[in-house]
Amino acid sequence: MTARVHRLTKRDKVVVAVMAGIPTLLALCLVWLPAIASIVLSFTNWTGVGGLSTITFDGVDNYKQLFSINPQFWPAVEHNLIWLAALLLVGTPLGMFLAYQLDKKIRLTKFYQTAFFLPVVVSTAVIGFVWKLVYDPDNGLINSLFHTNKPGDYLDWIGSPHLNLWAVLVAAIWRHAGYLMVLYLAGLKSVDPSLKEAAALDGAGGWQAFRHVVFPVLKPINIVVLVVTIIEALRAFDIVWVFNKGAQGTELLSILITQNIVGEASRIGYGSAIAVVLMVISLGAIIPYLWVTFRRERREGNGR
Amino acid sequence: MSVRRAPSARPSPDHGPSALWTPSRRALLAGAAAAAAGPLLAACGSSSGGSGGGGSSSKTVTLGSNGSDAVPKKAYAALWAAAGKSTGDTLKVNVKQHENFQNQINSYLQGTPDDVFTWFAGYRMQFFAKQGLASPIDDVWQTIGSHFTPAIQALSKGLDGKYYFVPLYYYPWAIWYRKSVFKQHGYTIPANWDQFTALLKKMKGDGLVPLAFGNQNQWPVMGTFDQINFRLNGYQFHVDLMHGKESWTDARVKKTFDMWASIMPYHQQGAAGRKTEDATGFVRDKKAGMIVAGAGTAVQQFTTDPAALADLDFFPFPEITPQWGMDTVEAPCDGFMMSKSPKNKTGATKVLEFFGSPAGEKAYLDLDSSELAAAKDFDNAKNTALQKKEAALITGAKNLTQFMDRDGNPTFVSTVMIPALADFVRSPNTFAATKLSNIEAQKKSIYASS
Repeated sequence: MTARVHRLTKRDKVVVAVMAGIPTLLALCLVWLPAIASIVLSFTNWTGVGGLSTITFDGVDNYKQLFSINPQFWPAVEHNLIWLAALLLVGTPLGMFLAYQLDKKIRLTKFYQTAFFLPVVVSTAVIGFVWKLVYDPDNGLINSLFHTNKPGDYLDWIGSPHLNLWAVLVAAIWRHAGYLMVLYLAGLKSVDPSLKEAAALDGAGGWQAFRHVVFPVLKPINIVVLVVTIIEALRAFDIVWVFNKGAQGTELLSILITQNIVGEASRIGYGSAIAVVLMVISLGAIIPYLWVTFRRERREGNGR
Repeated sequence: MSVRRAPSARPSPDHGPSALWTPSRRALLAGAAAAAAGPLLAACGSSSGGSGGGGSSSKTVTLGSNGSDAVPKKAYAALWAAAGKSTGDTLKVNVKQHENFQNQINSYLQGTPDDVFTWFAGYRMQFFAKQGLASPIDDVWQTIGSHFTPAIQALSKGLDGKYYFVPLYYYPWAIWYRKSVFKQHGYTIPANWDQFTALLKKMKGDGLVPLAFGNQNQWPVMGTFDQINFRLNGYQFHVDLMHGKESWTDARVKKTFDMWASIMPYHQQGAAGRKTEDATGFVRDKKAGMIVAGAGTAVQQFTTDPAALADLDFFPFPEITPQWGMDTVEAPCDGFMMSKSPKNKTGATKVLEFFGSPAGEKAYLDLDSSELAAAKDFDNAKNTALQKKEAALITGAKNLTQFMDRDGNPTFVSTVMIPALADFVRSPNTFAATKLSNIEAQKKSIYASS
């Protein structure tokens, strides 16, 4: 160890220090410090007015209240998980399907690709706004087409807690599918056409060729997709915020954090406690993935 | 007009948690924690930045404004111009998007706030005065005090009895309707709850939506709660409830919700997805009979059609308990405050004195006719008949309330009452029995800590 260090020139050391130091410093300031501050603050009570001296520690009170008397908390956890399931089970296969179809040399494929990718380029806030117009209870596209804006058979897509989560999920899936389509299109380009030809020669149908030839090649992309989808589901915020500000039926953890921390008078500690819960859920999703990845790498490393 | 910096509807990027909190940021947690750290940084800044107050020779007064909507923006511009002319100071105005201004007020006031800023009367003002984030302005009131009634004077004082607020205008909440619709069906103005519910029933029978209703913005519904509550239980109980002194599990609160639930079937369906402005449009288009709304919202939807505007009228929320009669009016009042250590205190005092004068109010109200001057000696000859009626309603009231989100603790109202009332609107019949104890439990923890 020491021998190697001695071989580095002064300049090398400076370069290494800068290259390692700046990212470390950034990660420390922008990720670790805020995360640790959130955890510490989650055990405190602070209105955000006045200096640090006005912070009082009150143990696990915030968590107790969160788990017992906050009527929005458990629905928010549930909705975040539904969001994740919907993106994984509907959005992802849809994106894969679109990519697989558009990868064939069909006419106007560039046009379709652009059309499906468009929602990804547009800001999510704009998507929320556009779908709000579609779902508007009085003059929206859907209720006008189906005449469901009359007393008696009124469909309140934005307000009704039985409908609004699904309504907003349609918008989220619409965007997510376009995003994944592009990822999968890139992946499909790496599938050797001769593999597909060989499968066709062996008499494999479209589904069989996909299932046994194409899908296995997409494995690295699938891992990326999984991570992207989990991140998208947990950070879901802007579409809902624009759609109905997280009213009953569409509560999300990110929205509860915002409502408690950003505002005229805030409950910094309470909001931080919700943020910590979201962090624990994120870790619950990411740690198994990292564990599997590292174990595989170690195994492959040993095999060599 | 030269005094006014080009206003920007976008929030300025340099203040506080909402600015740091960009929803699309990748790391949600980092964002949340950064939001938490925002006030910290702001707090550090204020200790060094705020010390230049007092006898500064600068002739510039800075002003933070939430008047970003089209009509107020124009009216405020006229007010700034008039103030600049009257005081000889240069006004530097910083306009922020209306709701962002409110959301960022906390870190704004702790950072480097403008000398004078727009704000609201009531507990919402007292809350920040109590935190030491505003300057007492008793000297301003020595000049302007005679222009205002005792009710308005009371609204302008902090909990310590000092003045912190200069009122500009107010507007009443009431029930709005079209005279021609009432005439066509032979309806009469309901004086009490029984007549009111009978009228609702009749309207439904006539194929009208009795009460137009929109709660997408999530706050308008509070107006109905406030009015039923103070008509039923009296002004003092309502205010004590708002200040956290009375319990939400009290049988009187339950009664308020029960009465409200009993008329919920007469409200327009789909309220959660409809803006209150759009709901007012149903009254204008004669599809709905009435709406519970503030004057500004009601009038705005009618201004495009002069014939409809002439047809618009209102009546105060009907009496419920004879003992209280109709002695209270919900009349939110907007105005100005001075930040805790203004850079140009002399200039800021002069500007506030002008804002509280009839000339100042005239400069604003000439261009925003949906509001009423807060000053009692304001020359209202130019007012419409409707405005005169509104003014009579307010000046005739024994008590003025502001609005739930101005009379109550802002944290409690925004994080507990907004979702609770939305919940009530959807399931009115089971609400009072099951949800009130939860509201009370949350109230206790919030009021205890702030």
